[in-house]
Amino acid sequence: MSKEIKVALAGQQNAGKSTLFNVLTGARQHVANYPGVTVDKKYGRYSFSGSSYLAVDLPGTYSLTSFSLEERVARDFLIKERPDVAVNVVDASNLRRSLQLTVQLLEMGLNSILALNMTDVAKARGIRIDVAGLARKLGLPVVETVGSKGTGRDDLRRVIGEKALVDHGDALAIDYEVLEPVIAEIEKAIGVVAQNWSLPTRWFALRLLELDSRAAALLKDVVSPGEAQTILQMAEDLAGDFLLREGISVSDHVVAMRDKYVRSVMDGVVEGGERAGESISNRIDRFVLNRWAAPLFLVLTVYLIYQISIVWGYELTNYTWPILAWFRELVSGFLPAAGFLEDPYIRSMGLWLVDSANTLLNYVPIFLILFALIAILEDSGYMARIAFILDKVLNRFGLHGQSTLPLILGGVFAGGCAVPGIMATKGIPDNRARMATIFAVPFMNCLAKVPLYTLLLGIFFVEDKSLMMFYISTMTVIFALLVSKLLTVTVLKGEETSPFVMELPAYHMPTVGGVMRRSLERTWIYVKKVGSIVAAVAVIVFTMLQFPGLSDQSVQQFEARGLEAIATFQKKMQGNRYAALASDDNIVPLVNYYTDFKRAKLNASGAESSLAVNDAFEKRNPEFFPLVKAPKGDKQARNAGKALKNLIGERKSIRREMKEERITNSFLGMIGRSIEPVTQYAGFNWKINVALLSSFAARESSVATLGVLFQQDEDQNATLEQRMGAETQAAGATALLAVSMILFFALYPPCLATTVMVKVQTGSYLWMMFAIVFPTILGLSVSSLVYTIGLAAGISGIDMMTIVYLSALALLIVVGFVSARREATSMRKQRANIGGTNANAAR
Amino acid sequence: MKKEYPANGQTKILTLNDIKPGKRVVVRRHHSEGSVRQRLLDLGLMPNVSVLVLRAAPLNDPIALRLDATDVSLRRREAATIEVIEE
Repeated sequence: MSKEIKVALAGQQNAGKSTLFNVLTGARQHVANYPGVTVDKKYGRYSFSGSSYLAVDLPGTYSLTSFSLEERVARDFLIKERPDVAVNVVDASNLRRSLQLTVQLLEMGLNSILALNMTDVAKARGIRIDVAGLARKLGLPVVETVGSKGTGRDDLRRVIGEKALVDHGDALAIDYEVLEPVIAEIEKAIGVVAQNWSLPTRWFALRLLELDSRAAALLKDVVSPGEAQTILQMAEDLAGDFLLREGISVSDHVVAMRDKYVRSVMDGVVEGGERAGESISNRIDRFVLNRWAAPLFLVLTVYLIYQISIVWGYELTNYTWPILAWFRELVSGFLPAAGFLEDPYIRSMGLWLVDSANTLLNYVPIFLILFALIAILEDSGYMARIAFILDKVLNRFGLHGQSTLPLILGGVFAGGCAVPGIMATKGIPDNRARMATIFAVPFMNCLAKVPLYTLLLGIFFVEDKSLMMFYISTMTVIFALLVSKLLTVTVLKGEETSPFVMELPAYHMPTVGGVMRRSLERTWIYVKKVGSIVAAVAVIVFTMLQFPGLSDQSVQQFEARGLEAIATFQKKMQGNRYAALASDDNIVPLVNYYTDFKRAKLNASGAESSLAVNDAFEKRNPEFFPLVKAPKGDKQARNAGKALKNLIGERKSIRREMKEERITNSFLGMIGRSIEPVTQYAGFNWKINVALLSSFAARESSVATLGVLFQQDEDQNATLEQRMGAETQAAGATALLAVSMILFFALYPPCLATTVMVKVQTGSYLWMMFAIVFPTILGLSVSSLVYTIGLAAGISGIDMMTIVYLSALALLIVVGFVSARREATSMRKQRANIGGTNANAAR
Repeated sequence: MKKEYPANGQTKILTLNDIKPGKRVVVRRHHSEGSVRQRLLDLGLMPNVSVLVLRAAPLNDPIALRLDATDVSLRRREAATIEVIEE
């Protein structure tokens, strides 16, 4: 057999479908104790006794209607691709609900196998299942599996192989009792127009009677519009008549009959399993979800995440940074050597790339810890409880209880990354809330925003640092909630919504392997996605900062200064024992030798490795060595070293000036200047504009760019904080400017990697553009207001921040209050309506 | 079923939203439509199914229910569309 056998895995959420898929195919797929991990289809191949199989993991669905995205994805696949075998994964501990889906699959006429999963849990709950009896009653093979332990794999593979060969019988036809004549009527009408229909007409007739919109669309695909119209009209009339006659809608009746069938199947086959007494989960919940203990427990959890991943994680980066520095050295060694004034492009570009990558990789330890902690939250079952606790608050602002995970990943208080955050929005079943979450996540404190905050706080708010940090970290949440509310009542108004119905899975102990695997997976996605995009953008930003470059005139000027410096050095070296080293040919190697040595010394930690550096450099060039490290008592060497140091100092400052001039003239510099008329209201001069523009590539580059732009003068060994402070304060800037910058940065568009993720998750470039334009306008408006008003009224930075914070908080409370009122009103209306329906039904 | 309601519809209809934690009720019928209704049915809130109200969230909304073998949570807004009778 050469043809690949197509196997679809269908099942309800939390039935262990993804785990079983991994067992079946050996693939490593993301598995979580958090409903809705799979929305996309996942593919995996395996071979078994000579045949090759393509397994498709469908999104978890409770049923196969067309109401949600997952169900549509799953159903469309089953309809259009017609898998050779459908493996229906069911939760053995919850058969009554699971079998509802089984019935629907069988009604579709799919060649099915029942994988009775989680049989261990069922046993533990005292549920006894007569497997042979179940198979007989349902008329299909039943395989017992425990996905989490990998048992039942070979059985399952064998049964799939056998099943693929047999021609399965007719679709299941359960007795719909009073609906039967109606079904027959529609079936007849369909049968006339659609001969080559691959689906059972009975299934199709039922969907039409349920007024299923996708079924109607499918009908239009196969028959002429006129015929489709006739049939749809007929179905509608019949369904209406049925409702009048029986007092129950067709779809309610269908569900009731299916449930009746399921109960008849289970009768005598399944025993026990009533949840008698109090389960352990319930006992934990009694404490964890207690009105008073819940908030405390939640705050403690978030605090622990912050402390362990961010605070301790940062300490860990002190140990990992040397590895990255070593890597930079390695690359630097491979690249062509630096010139005296101008470096080869390939060198600058290469190092720029490595630096960009390193800033990113520096966060890896933090993310590993953060993602591991979040995996523990998910697997333990507590994440679903967090959603349960916070749903009311989040819902009031257009979000969803399940927005919690994306927001935490994005870095609520602690710092995170919007890329995995936006990816995690997949699990939110309510589309409007999902979209709102996608736009809210980038407002969170991404880790890369922190360096700029730290920088600005270090300059302008030394005394109020902790207060400012508190403002910044909590204000992001306020802004995110306000923005999502704003979007929900405006641009997202028309999006589909669905109710909050979420399973609260039983608590269980996360496994070390599972947690580590997920943490690695998410971190890897971060490195891969962010890495590739940041690298690409780094090249663009580099180019835009480099070109068009310096004018010929200034190049000549700088060169003249360079030659002068060399001449001075050579003059000083005259008569020195080492004078021969100062020959024209030797200058560049000597300078590079010196700077390499100094950098190696800086990277070396401890006396031992410092000595090792000495040895290495002595070996590399014994002639040059006395100039960088004068032998004891060798006065001439010391003088020569001093002269060399002066030369290098002069070279450094010339190069710095060149760089500044290059950036000033660069494309990005031009853009920065051209938008100055707009940004001046927010207090941003062109230098700040350039930094903010370049931060679009990756946030952390804002600090690096500021570092270049606010360069230090010769011999002034000041930190960037001091330099920026001196320059901006001299230019009349105050802490107010810092506040304006912080606010802008907090609201500023997501970095490029995030916007790409927005595109992936929303499936639209339009939304991606929106994710860029909207925050930019918002940020600029807020910053301009703050700066202009603050300047006019002479309000200090910290006061302004307090004003902004309190106004935002007040607005949040007002909005929350108003939507609570609205909710209450609509609940009352609904109540009245239900009374009305009953009165109608009674008539 | 029709006879249980007086024609004027004045009787207080009990919905899942009115049930105190710890009480067990039986689902009567749904007053919601479309995807909301489907979701509720999918979760197992089918007519004649017995439901135990476990607790309300710390902010009183949503509520947690036990159905057969699973615990699910539901917003009060949707709970108010599910007509129940006391067991």
